[in-house]
Formats: sequence, C-alpha cells, structure tokens
Amino acid sequence: MSYKKSYQIYIIGVGGQGTIKTATIIGEAAMAQGLNVVMSEVHGMAQRGGTVVTELKIGKGLSPLNENYSADLILAFEPSELLRTITVIGKNTNIIASCSAIIPFTVSLGISKYPDINQIIERLGKKVNNLHLIDAERIAKEAGNIITANIVILGAALATPQFPVKKDLIIESLKQNLPARSIDMNIKALEMGYQEYSNILN
Amino acid sequence: MKVQDIYEKKQGEKLFLLGNEAAVRGALEAGISFASTYPGTPSSEIGNVLARIAHQVGVYFEFSVNEKVALEVSAAAAAAGLRSFVFMKHVGLNVAADAFMSTAYTGVRGGMIILSADDPSMHSSQNEQDNRIMAQLAGVPVLEPSNPQEMKDFMIYGINISEQLKIPVMIRTTTRVSHMRGIVELGPIKPGEKEGFFKKEEPGFTIAPAFARKMRQELIKKLNQLEVIGNTSQLNKVVRKNNKNKVGIITSGVSYNYVLDTVNKYSLPVNILKLGFCYPFPRELMKNFIANLDKIIVIEEVEPFLEKEVLTIIGQEGWQKKVYGKLDHTLPHIYEYNPDIIEQGLTQVLKVEVAEKNPGIDFSGLTPPMRPPVLCPGCPHRSTIYAIKKAVQGLKIKKENIIYSNDIGCYTLAMQPPYYMADYGICMGSSIGIASGMSKATRQKIVALIGDSTFFHAGIPPLINAVHQKANIMVVILDNEVTAMTGGQPNPGILTDRGGEKSTVVSIEELSRAAGAGYVKTIDPGDLDNSVETFKEGLQYEGVSVIISRSPCIMFVKREKERLTYQINQDKCTRCLICLRQFNCPAIFQREDGSIDINYLLCTDCGYCVQVCPQKAIEVKK
Ligand code: SF4
Ligand code: SF4
Repeated sequence: MSYKKSYQIYIIGVGGQGTIKTATIIGEAAMAQGLNVVMSEVHGMAQRGGTVVTELKIGKGLSPLNENYSADLILAFEPSELLRTITVIGKNTNIIASCSAIIPFTVSLGISKYPDINQIIERLGKKVNNLHLIDAERIAKEAGNIITANIVILGAALATPQFPVKKDLIIESLKQNLPARSIDMNIKALEMGYQEYSNILN
Repeated sequence: MKVQDIYEKKQGEKLFLLGNEAAVRGALEAGISFASTYPGTPSSEIGNVLARIAHQVGVYFEFSVNEKVALEVSAAAAAAGLRSFVFMKHVGLNVAADAFMSTAYTGVRGGMIILSADDPSMHSSQNEQDNRIMAQLAGVPVLEPSNPQEMKDFMIYGINISEQLKIPVMIRTTTRVSHMRGIVELGPIKPGEKEGFFKKEEPGFTIAPAFARKMRQELIKKLNQLEVIGNTSQLNKVVRKNNKNKVGIITSGVSYNYVLDTVNKYSLPVNILKLGFCYPFPRELMKNFIANLDKIIVIEEVEPFLEKEVLTIIGQEGWQKKVYGKLDHTLPHIYEYNPDIIEQGLTQVLKVEVAEKNPGIDFSGLTPPMRPPVLCPGCPHRSTIYAIKKAVQGLKIKKENIIYSNDIGCYTLAMQPPYYMADYGICMGSSIGIASGMSKATRQKIVALIGDSTFFHAGIPPLINAVHQKANIMVVILDNEVTAMTGGQPNPGILTDRGGEKSTVVSIEELSRAAGAGYVKTIDPGDLDNSVETFKEGLQYEGVSVIISRSPCIMFVKREKERLTYQINQDKCTRCLICLRQFNCPAIFQREDGSIDINYLLCTDCGYCVQVCPQKAIEVKK
C-alpha cells in the first residue's frame, strides 16, 4: 500500500462499550493478513464513563492517530459522540453509528444538554457521502445480548466496500480476543451487523 | 492475544503489542529477574502484565508501597548483581527523586532500567513534566522509544549499557508510546540470574560526602563515555539524507512518527536525524548533522530539551543557522503533538501548499453532552462522601466553613457536581499534609479524603505530623481494599498470594492509632445512618480523628450468586430527585414523563440507594 492508501479508522464510544476490544480485534486481524497496523488506545481515568477514542492506521504509516478530515472509517457506538469526531470527518469518510443514546449524569443534573440526534445526522448528511445509523442495540439483543452492540457495528464496518481486512480473519481474531463462552453469540452479532449494512447498500 | 503469549511466543514470531506489554517482553529478553513499581497511568499495564506472569517466568515482581521504595528495592537488586527494572508514571519519579539522584551517584552492578512514562496533555495526570530533564539533573542516560518495537528493543540496549557503565538507564516514554499498539517482532528470551549476592567491595553504596565527591567525578566520566557511545549508537540515526536541501529535522519519541508520516505524505526533501539515545546529547553526531544545514527544525514533546542543545552547539561553533521549534513558537510548548500540529509546523517552515480538506460540516449550536469520568454505579466511595455531606449538613456547618482536601484516586471524582468535595489536592498523600497546615492557618473545619493505597503511599508521615502538631482535622480513609483507579493492583492492606507466598497484611487502624490519632473508627459505608453518626462524631472531635470507611471496590468484588435487585415504587416516589441529584448514582435516571427509574444495564444491585430515599420508595424487587 502506498502512503495515501493507508486506511485510518476512528472508533469512539463511552467507557465500557468495548471500544478498545473492537479495535484490537481489527488490529490483530490486519496483522494476520500481513498488513502493517498501528493503534492508539486510552486507559486510566477516562475509562470511568467518559468518552473513549481508539484509533488505527492500517497500511503505511507510523502514527496511529487519524489526520484532520482524513478518517476512512468512523465507528461511533453512541450517536452524540459523532460531534466529537468533526476534526477527522472528511467528505468520503464512511460513518457508521449506533442510534442508541447514552445520557450522562450531567444531563440529569441539568449542567449539560443532550443534543438532537436528528439534527446531527441532517447536518452531517449535507456534507458527507456515507453515513449510516444502525440500531445496534436491537440487533445485539436479537443476537443474544445487548453487550454485543459493538460487534454488530464491527460487522457493519466489514460490509463497507473499502474495509481492508478480510472477514474470516476478523472472526479468527474475535475468537482470540473474546471470552470463549460468548464467541457464538458475538459471531452471530457480527454476521447480523454485516447483513444489516449489506441490506442498506443494496 | 493471550497474556501468556508475551512469554510463550518464540524468537521471530510477531505479536500485536501495547507499548507497555512490549516493555515486559523486552524485560524478559533483557534477562531482567527483578521488577518493582507503584502503579500509575500511563505505565500501569506493565505491572498488570508482570503481576500475572512473573511467577511463571521466574521474575521477582512487587507492587511496592510507593515509587521511592520501588526504586530502592530495584536499586538494591541491581547492587546485588541482578538485572532490575523499575517503572512508574512521570510524577512517580518526583516521589522517587531522592533515591533516583543518589542511585546515579552510587551506580549499579547488575543492569538497571528506570522507566518513566510521561503524560503530555495530562490525560491522567496533574502535570506534564518532561522527565528527560529529571534524568539530566541526576546524570542518568535517557533512551526514548517511538513505538512498541523500540520499547522492547531499547530495554535490551538499555540493560547492556547500564551494565557496561554501571549506571542506571532511563527509558522515557509518553502516553502515546505506552498506549500505542503495534507489531513487534520478538527476540529470544534470556533467563535472568535467579539469586543475587551483594559483594562488600569498593566502591560501596554509602553516599557520605567523602564518597559522594569521588562518585561525582565517576559520574561525569561515565556521562562522557556515554556521549561517545551515543554518537555512534544504532539508536541514533540519520533516517533521511538529502544533500541538496539544507533543511534538517531532529526528532525523538512519538514525534518521530508524525514527522515521518508528514514527510512521506508531502514527499518533503528534508534530512532527518532520529535520536533514540538522546541523553547524554550525542553532540558530535548532532554537530555533523547540523553543519551543512541552514534550517533546523527540532520536534520533541513537552520541553525544548534537544532544541536548546542544538542552539548551544550552534552558539559554540559560531554558526549562523535558523532553529525552529518551541522557542520560536513554530510548534506549541504545551500539550502533546499530533499529526496535524506537525504537518502545520513543517509545511509552514517549508512553505508547502496544503490542500483544504475540511468538508465544512456545520455543527453550530450542537454540543456533545459532557461526559466527565464518574464513580461507578455501586461504588462505595459515593456512599461515603454522601454520608460525610449528610453529617456536615446535620451539624449545620456552613459550606464556606468546611474545606475538603482530597487526594489521588477514584474519590478525586468527588470534585465534580453534585458533591464538590475537593478544594485542594495536589499530589499523592497531600490531603493530610494540606489539612494539617490548613488547620493551623485557619479556624475552618477540615476533612481529608484519602484512599487506602494512597494512605500507605504517602499518608502516614503527614498523619504523624498532624497528630504531633495538634491539628484539628477529620481524616477519612476510603478503603476499598484495592488500588482501583489504575486497574486494581494490591497494596499493603490486602492479602496477596505470590505463587503460594502470602503477603503480610498491614492494618490501617493500628497504623492510625500508633500515629497517635485520638479517635479511630471503622465504618461500613453501606450502613448510611451509622456512617453519618460516626462522621458527626469525627467532625466534632477536637484533634485528629481517623475514620476508615471500608467496603470493597465494586469492580473487583466477588459477586454472590443470589443477589437482590431493586426497583422504584412509583406510588411512593415523590420525585424529590434526592437519589438522582444528591446521591447521583449513574444508574438512576428520570424518564421523559418525570418518573424515576433504574437502568438495569448499569445497576450493580448494591442497594445503597435504598437508604438514600426519604420515602422508602426504592424497594427490593420481588
Ligand atoms: S429519592 Fe426516592 S422519592 Fe426521591 S426521587 Fe428518588 S426514589 Fe423518588
Ligand atoms: S442499587 Fe441503587 S445505588 Fe446501587 S447501582 Fe443500582 S441504582 Fe445505583
């Protein structure tokens, strides 16, 4: 891959949503496919219910941090978090977001407001070409447990035409990185997410 | 990846490792057999991994009581001929500074690595100090890895030069290197010496003035020798040579990644010198690199450490060259760098056109909700601080008359609304020292909040001071039986088992009594009424009262099989919002119709909220 073809992924969620796990699954699969890959994660205080961002660069490139307006793929596990991705969204960024809101305590205390998600989607839609909201929680519940919502989104990401890592390698990596008991359920969630996005595309 | 892969995978195999995990593999490949730490982000995962594997791989590993002790135990092991490894976050080195400075003087026999994980942008810290300067102050050589592969490789390089010159070596990382994951090609594991022996030979390790003067001479000699090694070290390399262009970049650490990506992206015709062994400054190498250049751009995180040395060399040589970096404001002096900062800086100096990529999304009027980190649902700290608040209100102490000196741990989050219980908090253990001083300086009531691990770390001397000086304070030790904020490490108050060897548990109660506190009581924060009453007593006590609020951290508590679950009885609930706005459990929320409900995805069934509700509307679900 030439420099320009390095594939940048930006994953954003709230502490506890599996942001780091999702990125690790992608990263190890990319390595298994023989691609160069670097990843940046966040640990420590931010993990306690705060915003968690994980970034990956696959292909050429030493730094995992996404460049301004250059993400190839954004996965948002919570829709209002899309507002925090404005610096990396480009015209051709593929954006996949869960539509389920997680409302922080600052809203119930009245010191911050939860934004109108429809507004976010509408404004984004004016400028970007590939934006899809997915009811990941509903699909995850169907797959067996709501905690697989991140894997549903990952499944959807695999169905995007430019995604550089093969699905079977992602499934292998998923088996290595998730508890043995939950593998079947997670594979189901992945396949359902994949199907959901494929249906949208067709 | 499984944690065992870190020691089971063979030479030539590849792993997708976190920088901190790579440091552990590096330690094993470097023949290190002794390691110690006090946990702190961004270095914590090194200890978490070592704690899980040390016994299997024959490495002695301990979570020491604080960084100073961690450095001392590793220094002792190195004096006894073992290869040792101590690691900590940057501010941990401040705690260890006394031992650190002297270890540079005494030197070591076995190799010794001191890893400092700096935190530019303060992701999880109180400052962004650049510990290369601490190393320079001590006279300790510094290696700066840029990625996980280098993190592993530099451990081996560092141990070798440490042993060769009998001096501890610092590896300075930053958050983005410690928490970067990348492909690491493994080398062979080298089993370390199992047992050391301390030989009573000259020069010894006692740093009395007469010896220290000699050691100082020795130290300068070692640094001069290290500079010679650095000039030709494989860690320092010219990675781009461009004889026609008279612009060069000198860079180190994570910044190197941004530099190379930008240079590749725009095919910039520049020279690049990457310094991995940056102190003692490889001055000859730097001089030769600079000699034919007109413009030098120095790119490094936090302080203009290399930049000032470049200017020194230019001054000494009497050259006329332009140096760009932090000092001329080409690059920011604060916070960590990222690809865009470097792209902007480089394209500005090199006058390269950058195409506008901003798609111009209009998010005006839309802001994401604030998501500060919060105490977990079911966190016992919430019940403790809620009970303190109730006691203060019960005694009718005015808000302005009570000072909360807080400390470093999850309970620092009490600074946030709705609690506002952190007026002062600067470093590990400061809560009690600050309380002690405030009590002498004012007539206000002072409450010190400190965790179990932090109390052991740096809370005991100030407690003794407070007692001795007759301070009038209430010390609350929030004992959740673990070092929780950094991911659940043990501390001296906890029974641990190191491959069958059980630790000795140190009692906080006995320590407090021995320090002379006149009022020492232990409460269960799960019993709200008793907690409030005890805090009232503690607040009214003349002298130093210590109240230990003990309940295990919800993240690490062993769950019983049969648990009660809770629900809101809507007939009883008056929507007073006390549970939501005052107690503030994140699992409790208000529906759009105004009713109060529990989010069962978040609720941990702790039952604390039951006692909070004045209407007894929160009930056991049948
Ligand atoms: S404290 Fe009790 S009465 Fe008040 S809102 Fe909560 S559940 Fe309802
Ligand atoms: S039982 Fe009550 S206090 Fe405990 S987590 Fe659930 S809602 Fe929060």
